[in-house]
Amino acid sequence: MLDRLRFPHPWLSLTLFVMWQFLSDGISGGSIVLGLILAWIIPLMTQGFWPDPPTLLKAWKTPAYLLRVLWDIVVASVDVARLILSPREPRPMFICYTLELKDPLAISILASTISLTPGTVSADVSDDNTLLLIHALDAEDEQEVIDTIRNRYEKPLLEMFQ
Amino acid sequence: MSTFAEYAISAMLIIGGVFTLIGAIGLARLPDFYTRLHGPTKATTVGVGAIVISSVIYFSTLGRGIGIEEILITAFLFMTAPISANFLAKAAMHLEVRTSEKTRGQTWDQ
Repeated sequence: MLDRLRFPHPWLSLTLFVMWQFLSDGISGGSIVLGLILAWIIPLMTQGFWPDPPTLLKAWKTPAYLLRVLWDIVVASVDVARLILSPREPRPMFICYTLELKDPLAISILASTISLTPGTVSADVSDDNTLLLIHALDAEDEQEVIDTIRNRYEKPLLEMFQ
Repeated sequence: MSTFAEYAISAMLIIGGVFTLIGAIGLARLPDFYTRLHGPTKATTVGVGAIVISSVIYFSTLGRGIGIEEILITAFLFMTAPISANFLAKAAMHLEVRTSEKTRGQTWDQ
């Protein structure tokens, strides 16, 4: 029984606890108890999905990365909106992207970033975690898209995780 | 509520509405399944983002503090939107959905 009472991912537990306090209307005895239960039970239930705790080495670099992604979302959204409204046909393309990242969490963050920035959706990761299949809505040149992703998103993530 | 706040809220609501509308138009106009995937993911990111910002401004002018809930809504949306897009794309690849003739490059099968 006692060995069940542990926190395999302390940071995840802390995040869940804090998030629950924000979600419930004001901090009260009840919200603290329920927050503790959730912070204990959710990491235990999802443990199988990430056996190794993620290794985020340079956490102070995350705000800069988030700001860059937010800015790109706004800029690229306008581009896609213009493309949808213009009479010109889009030039869709599937692109195979060779990953330099190894960490599974870093890869999923990169894939999410690619999907969030308009114009590209990540469709699949190869089984050995080395290739990412990307669908671009309007791409002129394959190499251009690859270079943008490499320089703007993967390099900062590489610095953060390795 | 000050006039400035009202203008800011209205502007944000209009921007959000316009982007959501364009996302919906894209869903109708784009040629194949994969390109249509782009429409809704964009609408959720910028459209919902703008509407959430207007909600933050509205509730902070009421003097009830900055709405953490709205920021959490954005965070959850930004986490879940790429995952649903990814699942849709994977399902489409599995079913070998037809792509438009203009599409260059190949999907893979494993």
